[in-house]
Amino acid sequence: MLADLWQPSAQVNTLAKRAAILRTIREFFYQRHVMEVDTPSLSAASVTDVHLASFQTQFIGPGFAKGLPLYLQTSPEFAMKRLLAAGSGAIYQICKAFRNEEAGSHHNPEFTMLEWYRPGFDEFALMDEINELMQLILNVPPAERLSYQEAFTQALGLDPLNATLEQLQALACAQGFAGIAKHETHRDTLLQLLFCMKVEPTIGQQKPCFIYYFPASQAALASICEHDTRVAGRFELYYQNMELANGFNELTDAQEQAKRFTEDNACRKANNLTQVPMDTRLIAALEHGLPQCAGVALGVDRLVMLATQKNTIKEVIAFDVDRA
Amino acid sequence: MANYSTNEFKGGLKIMMDGEPCSILENEMVKPGKGQAFNRVRIRKLISGKVLEKTFKSGESVEGADVMDTDLAYLYTDGEFWHFMNNETFEQIAADEKALGDAGKWLVENDVCTITLWNGNPIAVAPPNFVELEITETDPGLKGDTAGTGGKPATLSTGAVVRVPLFVQIGEVIKVDTRNGEYVSRVK
Repeated sequence: MLADLWQPSAQVNTLAKRAAILRTIREFFYQRHVMEVDTPSLSAASVTDVHLASFQTQFIGPGFAKGLPLYLQTSPEFAMKRLLAAGSGAIYQICKAFRNEEAGSHHNPEFTMLEWYRPGFDEFALMDEINELMQLILNVPPAERLSYQEAFTQALGLDPLNATLEQLQALACAQGFAGIAKHETHRDTLLQLLFCMKVEPTIGQQKPCFIYYFPASQAALASICEHDTRVAGRFELYYQNMELANGFNELTDAQEQAKRFTEDNACRKANNLTQVPMDTRLIAALEHGLPQCAGVALGVDRLVMLATQKNTIKEVIAFDVDRA
Repeated sequence: MANYSTNEFKGGLKIMMDGEPCSILENEMVKPGKGQAFNRVRIRKLISGKVLEKTFKSGESVEGADVMDTDLAYLYTDGEFWHFMNNETFEQIAADEKALGDAGKWLVENDVCTITLWNGNPIAVAPPNFVELEITETDPGLKGDTAGTGGKPATLSTGAVVRVPLFVQIGEVIKVDTRNGEYVSRVK
């Protein structure tokens, strides 16, 4: 059985194009004096986000006879922020990220992420830089920009920031999602359902599209906007039905960050999910001082899919999980 | 019947949906980087034959459908029911016209068909991929034509009509692919 799938899931000429793209990315950052870094894949803490599942393992060896629990990182964000707090300046990383429970045409449990941070940038300045990288690699026209509220309202005729739970349920039922919507009491789940299934197909078809000012309830590690506390300094990049990148005007407030982690874990407990130890080293770094910065994580495999016009992630990675 | 979580979804899995047994055709996970994962599933309803798309929250469970395929030999029809028999246990099952669908025109006595049972009752009949049937009616065709270009309609003993090459004549037995209703060859 195992011997059946020894061959790569990607064609070798696709892997050659992938290698060329990686080289272009490295050159892009070299020219801009953004330093390449390499942070651990295994860490003692991990993400508390209810919708992310980390792989867990144990280090057994010198000093840890009874085992040190370690998590494979779902993104290099925490370690990179610790470097920023230590005075690294602008940094980028191309690394493997690991997410349990995810596989499909756009998902593989381990995938390649490009993540970078720009001290002194806000999210809009960072979008400009991402835009340049997209044009360089995908040869596409400049991206358009829409706020989450604009995109949602255009596609579905309902203001997502002011809609009540009942309005969102009724809209989701009318859009063919009664099976989920009837019993769903979380506004964000309904918003994510409608955004994924009904808004995404309407944006970023001809050219890439940035969606900014996500609802504050989906801020993750972004700061809340001062001009409108209903939204956060979080943005995403979409192109041709692909979610390509997620970025933040980074939250620098240690207390607020610790509060969000604690709330995530409370939510995990309520949903019978395993709680994840809060990354106290990240909190300590934020207390020391994270420079105001914007950061973004971009899915390299998906970028290669777009550049090579492949429909599945396994066609752009050497060995997908079925052949791992 | 067991429940299946979305992680067990795959092509061919039988689940209950709107009170009807269904077969999963395709299953795709859709997940935003930050947020809830969903499974977008294409499903065929096994009684109505309708194909539809359904979205589930990942991690949800759905009730499985007690659907099984069984190979049974066709015996006869009494006009209302079509009777099939298990050649090992000699147990007989009768399918009505609704379950029979289009299969009726390919039924040959003693041919083994695949009968889909839901809670023990037949809901679909699939004839063998290839059946051999006698031609009861067709134009005599042109003498000497062996290329079979164009072809002509021929009515078979079961009433099915298929296109056959011009050289094939009344009384001959031909092999037909029941999946697309196409002529395969003459049977010597």
